[in-house]
Amino acid sequence: MNIHEFQAKQLFADYGIPTVKGVAARSTDAFDDAIASIQSELIVVKSQIHAGGRGKGTFKDGYKGGVKVCKTKEEAKEAATRMLGNTLVTHQTGPEGREVKTVYFNEACSIKKEYYLAITLDRATSKAVIIASTEGGVDIETVAEETPEKIIKIFIDPATGIMPFHKRTIGFGLGLSDKESFKQLSKLLDGLYRFYWEKDASMVEINPLITTDEGALIALDAKVGFDSNALFRNPDILALRDLDEEDPKEIEAGKHGLSYIALDGNIACLVNGAGLAMATMDIIKHFGGSPANFLDVGGGASEAAVTEAFKIILSDPNVEGILVNIFGGIMSCKVIANGIVGAAKNVDINVPLVVRLEGNEVEEGKEILKNSNLPITPADDLSDAAKKVVEEVANKA
Amino acid sequence: MSILVGKNTRVVGQGITGNFGRLHALKNIEYGTNYVAAVTPGKGGQQFEDKLPIFNSVHDAVKNEGANTSVIFVPPPFAADGILEAIDAGIELIICITEGIPVRDMAVVKDALKKSNTRLIGPNCPGIMTPGECNIGIMPSYIAKPGKVGVVSRSGTLTYEAVYQLTVRGHGQSTCIGIGGDPINGTSHTDAVRMFNEDPETEAIIMIGEIGGTAEEEAAEYIKNNVKKPVAAFIAGTTAPPGRRMGHAGAIVSGSSGAASSKIAALEAAGIAVAPTPSDIADTLLKIYS
Repeated sequence: MNIHEFQAKQLFADYGIPTVKGVAARSTDAFDDAIASIQSELIVVKSQIHAGGRGKGTFKDGYKGGVKVCKTKEEAKEAATRMLGNTLVTHQTGPEGREVKTVYFNEACSIKKEYYLAITLDRATSKAVIIASTEGGVDIETVAEETPEKIIKIFIDPATGIMPFHKRTIGFGLGLSDKESFKQLSKLLDGLYRFYWEKDASMVEINPLITTDEGALIALDAKVGFDSNALFRNPDILALRDLDEEDPKEIEAGKHGLSYIALDGNIACLVNGAGLAMATMDIIKHFGGSPANFLDVGGGASEAAVTEAFKIILSDPNVEGILVNIFGGIMSCKVIANGIVGAAKNVDINVPLVVRLEGNEVEEGKEILKNSNLPITPADDLSDAAKKVVEEVANKA
Repeated sequence: MSILVGKNTRVVGQGITGNFGRLHALKNIEYGTNYVAAVTPGKGGQQFEDKLPIFNSVHDAVKNEGANTSVIFVPPPFAADGILEAIDAGIELIICITEGIPVRDMAVVKDALKKSNTRLIGPNCPGIMTPGECNIGIMPSYIAKPGKVGVVSRSGTLTYEAVYQLTVRGHGQSTCIGIGGDPINGTSHTDAVRMFNEDPETEAIIMIGEIGGTAEEEAAEYIKNNVKKPVAAFIAGTTAPPGRRMGHAGAIVSGSSGAASSKIAALEAAGIAVAPTPSDIADTLLKIYS
């Protein structure tokens, strides 16, 4: 689960991580008060969406830049007014962009030097890794690719947590080793690791971390994601979830225990198991089609859940065909068959439907489908199913 | 022969008094798997379905029934505690079925595993099966038959797909292992491939991977340097968009890392036959092994 920059910075404050003063506003009415509270001469206006590359992004109406440094209060208000309710497209949002529903006003500060600092899980070692670089404010993937020697990686043993020697390595590596700088860095690293650990973050990224002309170390940006599996013990984090940033179909699926991800193709799929669901998308593509979604109904999906799955799939206007692929290991094919029949009664399935059932009680499942008199194309195996659905969609077009 | 589980396996079920655990434990027992005890704190002294004694702790199950393997169906908030308890009790092999364990908990578990002699399979996995002998977890046993092909996979249903394809083509399996779809797991592809390679009864290997992490690349490197047995592979997630968790917590392409294309390239560079579609997994192996 991701949160906005302004939310992340509020959490940072709880952990003693220095940021610049900022005020978020969700409506134009709130702009004046928010701007009035900013003390600096320059005012930074930042669009709040769950995607990076905001500064270089462009709004759908042609307005350039999701982050603006403004010289006057009027200019800041003008920028914020252009941003709010507008749709920002960045390299991370895809062409559809994201609507800006919150604008964040920040005090400006001098920037002497920019750094990069992040903590995430290193899967190869199963440890937290602190990634630091003197190359801040730019795309870290590019830095890692072109100048890997400029990336510092420190692996943290979960039994000890962050130790002074870790912090010294980072301090010397970043050139923040003089007494005053290191004191600030040390406190910031302690807070950041404690935040990462206590709040079950999956990633915390400060890009850029800066030093000011006055020698202060400040987190100028904040990008934070959390482990969805740990939200049960972090209700304060769960409360920060912004449903506006998520696809309504994905939210609906989650309510029914389904795992759904919308894609931009036209052939929907309904599958049991995450790996098989991915592989089903792949095989649709392999035979020349384009998958409209990822959908895992899980091992124990009920008839009601399968019906809901159909409703969600069909609420996507791009869907021109459906491939149901069930390997009934745990789940009986009878449940799926009844789900399909039940869904057809509640939902108007007006696109070609190809069903491949295999496994537990497959014959009974096939029988239920056959006796339902629904226009279902049965398939022998996954290749056969994928070919058939791609063909039927092509024929219909 | 097989790897990890067989006739000497003595299973304790942690959390099998819940509905899901009970269903599968009973199926495992019906298959002939040697369950010797159940552990559910607070239910010690009772019986599990008139078949097994229930204990309050894994230590008691080890002491009284000689359990050496544990299967865990404990709900996610308490599962890591269950794994750590089994490690502390000296269990040799733990199979954790539970999906949804926080990563932080697994980081602690992984650390404890390194300091122990215990092997963990999973979490978020379908379990392990040596056809004809032993099935621990939630794999459907009817799709498998005893034989010489070792199967290892991060995905449950893709394991079934591969095993079933082998079985209908007349090829049985030595052992089938689901290593789970989480970012931190106990047994890696490389671990499983190494065990299959060293098992004299396993003649060929199928390895099924998916997007996220670099475990498949590491296994490819190991295979290139160490494995003479025929190996076929399949990687799921070629069409997965970057930055999205595809159902499994570990199935995510982060930046340039974890993409299907780089995994397939690494496998092919290691001389491994990569199936073009999930329907061709068994046939891809059978082209290089008969």
